[in-house]
Amino acid sequence: MARPAIELRGITKTFGRIVANQNVDLSVNYGEILSILGENGSGKTTLMNMISGIYFPDAGQILINGKEAVIRSPKDAFSYGIGMIHQHFKLVDVFSAAENIVLGHEEKRFNKKTIAAEVKEICDRYGFEVDPDKKIYEMSVSEKQTVEIIKVLYRGADILILDEPTAVLTPQETDKLFAVLRRMRDAGKAVIIITHKLHEVLSLSDRVTVLRKGRYIGTVKTAETDETALTEMMVGKKVSLNIERNDPKGSEKRLEVKDLSCFDREGAQILRDIGFTVNGGEILGIAGIAGSGQRELLEAIAGLQKYQQGEILYYDPRTGETESLKDKTPLQIRELGVRLSFVPEDRLGMGLVGNMDIVDNMMLRSYRGGKSAFLDRKKPKNLADEIIEELEVSTPGVHTQVRKLSGGNVQKVLVGREIAAAPTVFMAAYPVRGLDINSSYMIYNLLNRQKESGVAVIFVGEDLDVLIELCDRILVIGSGQITGLVDARHTTKEEIGLLMTRSVVSPAPSTPATVSEKEGDPQ
Amino acid sequence: MSAFFTQLISILTRSIANGMPFLYGSTGETLTEKTGHLNLGIPGIMCVGASSGCIAIAIYGRAAGGIDASNPFLCLLLAVLASFVGGILMGLIYCFLTVTLRSNQNVTGLALTTLGTGVSTYMISKVQNAEFVPANKFFTYSLRSALGENAVTDSWFGELFLSHGFMIYLAVIIALIAAWVLKKTRVGLNLRAVGENPATADAAGVNVSRYKYFFTCLGSGIAALGGLCYIMDNLNGNWEYSIAEIGWLSIALVIFTLWRPNLGILGSVVFGGLRILGNSNFIRGVDKSVMQMLPYLVTILVLVIVSMRNRKENQPPAHLGQNYFREER
Repeated sequence: MARPAIELRGITKTFGRIVANQNVDLSVNYGEILSILGENGSGKTTLMNMISGIYFPDAGQILINGKEAVIRSPKDAFSYGIGMIHQHFKLVDVFSAAENIVLGHEEKRFNKKTIAAEVKEICDRYGFEVDPDKKIYEMSVSEKQTVEIIKVLYRGADILILDEPTAVLTPQETDKLFAVLRRMRDAGKAVIIITHKLHEVLSLSDRVTVLRKGRYIGTVKTAETDETALTEMMVGKKVSLNIERNDPKGSEKRLEVKDLSCFDREGAQILRDIGFTVNGGEILGIAGIAGSGQRELLEAIAGLQKYQQGEILYYDPRTGETESLKDKTPLQIRELGVRLSFVPEDRLGMGLVGNMDIVDNMMLRSYRGGKSAFLDRKKPKNLADEIIEELEVSTPGVHTQVRKLSGGNVQKVLVGREIAAAPTVFMAAYPVRGLDINSSYMIYNLLNRQKESGVAVIFVGEDLDVLIELCDRILVIGSGQITGLVDARHTTKEEIGLLMTRSVVSPAPSTPATVSEKEGDPQ
Repeated sequence: MSAFFTQLISILTRSIANGMPFLYGSTGETLTEKTGHLNLGIPGIMCVGASSGCIAIAIYGRAAGGIDASNPFLCLLLAVLASFVGGILMGLIYCFLTVTLRSNQNVTGLALTTLGTGVSTYMISKVQNAEFVPANKFFTYSLRSALGENAVTDSWFGELFLSHGFMIYLAVIIALIAAWVLKKTRVGLNLRAVGENPATADAAGVNVSRYKYFFTCLGSGIAALGGLCYIMDNLNGNWEYSIAEIGWLSIALVIFTLWRPNLGILGSVVFGGLRILGNSNFIRGVDKSVMQMLPYLVTILVLVIVSMRNRKENQPPAHLGQNYFREER
C-alpha cells in the first residue's frame, strides 16, 4: 500500500488580482515520481513554492505524512523533509560547493573535513560526482544542479521537488539525472518533477498531475495515457503537434561566415574559427549548451559584437553584390535586411523598452526615417495594430506598456516588429523561450513563412526536439567552436547532444586549431 | 637612532592612532554591506556616536561631582556603551526603513547622515565642553604610562604599539573578530550568503531579515565608536565637525580593503597616514587641499586595479544596494 507523503487540498493563491492557483488538489506517495505538467503560467511553480515555504497559501490545507502542516518558511519545509531544487539555482556564486551545501544548516560544528566526507557519502550512494572545493561560478550548469540536489539530500529531504530540471541539460545529462531520480524513488523517496516536456513525463514518472491556468485538471497514471491525451488536458483543446517543414527553396547563398574568432574583455576566447553559410529559403538551426557563444555569434553578424579575426559576407539578393559586414555599423547592417530578434533570459532586456507602449517600441526601429523634426506616430501605430491582429497579441490596446504584457505577448511584439521590416536574413534566438504550446507553434509558423518567402532564417533554440523538426540544417556549437553540422532530417537528439558536449574538434578547414589555441588562451 | 628613524616612527605612531576611527567605520560598514545593505548614513552615525559618548561622560560627571572625581573605568564604560547604543538606534531607523519598508537604501542613508549631524549638534549644544573634555586623559591613558618607563616601553616598539589609548586596540580587536566571524564561522557563511544572494539564503532556511537587522545595527554601533574614538582620542576631546569626513572616508575604506576587516587594519593605517599628510605641510609647495584628496584618489586607484583583475571574490556583495522581498514576482 502506497504511503502518501504530501497531500494538498483546495490550495488557492492569488497575487493581487491574478489568481495563480485555484482550488488545487494533489498527492504524492513515497517511492513514486509524480510529474506536474502544465503550460507556462499554469501555476506549477507557485504551487511548489507553497510546499517549499517561499509562498504561503491563501486558502487550503497541506498534509504531510497524513497530518496537517503549516509551512511558513523554507526552514519549516526542511523540518518536514521537503527540499526543492529551483529552476533558477539558489546558489551563491562565490561560495564553494561545500559552503553552499551547508548553508543555513543549523549545526554547531562547522568542519570542512566532516562536510566533505558526508558529501562524498551522498555522492556515492546516488552516483553523483562533485568537487566540494570548487567554486560555483566555475561550474557548468549540470554541476550546479548536482550541487543543488546534494544540498537537499544533505539536509535529509525525503520529498524532493525539481522545477524544470532538464531545461538546461543536454540529453546525456538528462539521462544521468533521470537515473539518479529513479534511484531515489527506489530508495523510497517521494519525487515531484515540474515540466512541460511531454516525453520526459512519459519516460520518467509514475503519475501525472495536470494544471491549466492555475486550476487542477486531473491526475492520471502515466502508463494509461499518451502524448495527445496529456496535451489535450494541458491546453484544453486538441492541438496538432506537428511542425510543417517544406524543402528549402533554392540554394542561393545569402550569408557566409568565415573563420570568425573573437575574444571578450579579459582576453578569453568566445568564438573560435566559426565558418558556415546560410542560404535563402532555409532555416539553419543552432544548437548548443546555453552560453556556448550563440549570442556572440548572432551579435557579431548583427554588428554588435566586435571580432578580431574572420569575415562575414552578405550576398545581397536585390543587387546581387557581395558585401563584407566587417566594417559596417549595426544600423547599416540592419538596413541591408539582416535582422536579429534575441529573447534574453529576462525576456525584455534586448530590443524592447518595457516602460514604453507598443507603438513607441515600433518606433525604436523607424524614428530615423522621418524627415520632419516631429515624430510620426501614424505608421508605427498601423504596424502595431497589424501585429496585434495578425499574431493574436492579447493586450488592452496599442498604448499599453510592453512590460505589462505577459511574456508570450512581449515576444510576439518583438518578433513581429523584426519580421515586419521584410528582412533578408532573420535571426531568432530563443523566440519561444517560456512560451506556451500555442504561442510556440505560432512562432514556428512565422519562421516557416519567412523561409517560404526566401528569407535566410537562423534559429537558435533550446529544445532539441523542436530544432530537429523545424530546421533544415543544424549547426552545433560547443564552447565557442563548431562541433558539427548535421542534416536535421537525418539526425537524432542523441547525436546532437553528443556534439554539444564535445570540446575537441577536428581541425577547422582553413587555419589549424593549434595555432589559434596558442593565441587564444592567455592563461 | 637616527633622526629620520625617529621621525618615521613618530609618523607611523600617529598614523595608527589617526587610522583607527576609520577602522571602526569600515568594520561596521563592512558588516552592514555583507548583508547587502549600503549604509551611507555612517557619517551621521559617527556624529551621533561621538555626541552620545560625550553626553554620557558629561551626565556621569555631573552625578559624580566632576570628571576628576569620577571612576575612570565607569566613565569609559558608560561613554563607550552610550556611543554604541546611539549607533544602534540610528541603525534601527535605517533597518526599519530599508529592511521592513524596503525604501531606497541610498536615499535613506543620506537622510540618516543629515539627521545624525543635526541630532549630534543639538545634543552637544546641551552640555558645556568642559564637562567632557577632561575625560580625554582616560581615553589617551596608554599601556606605556601604565607599565612605567623601561627598556621596552621606551624603545621604538613601545612608541609604536604601546603608546595608544584603549580605543585604538579595541578597534583592532573588533576588526579581527569580525574577520574571523566572516571567514570561519557558520554565522559568517550565512551572513555572506544573505548579501550575495538573499533568495538562496532564504531558501536554505536562513532568516534573512534577522541577519540584516542584526548585522546592520551591530555595524552601526561599531561605526559609532569611531566617532567617539576620533573626538576623545585623536582630538583630545575637542569637539569638531570633521567627524563626517571620517565617515565618508570609512565607506571608501571598505572598498579599498575589498570588504575584508583584517585588511582594514592595514588600510586604516594607510588612510590615517594620508590624513596626517593632508593636515601637514609635509611636501612643501603642494596645497593642503590637494593632500586632503589623497585618500579618495587612492581609493579610486584601488577600484581601477580591482576592476581590472576582475576576480569574483574581490567584488562587492552581489546584492549590495538591493532590498529583498521574498514574494516578489
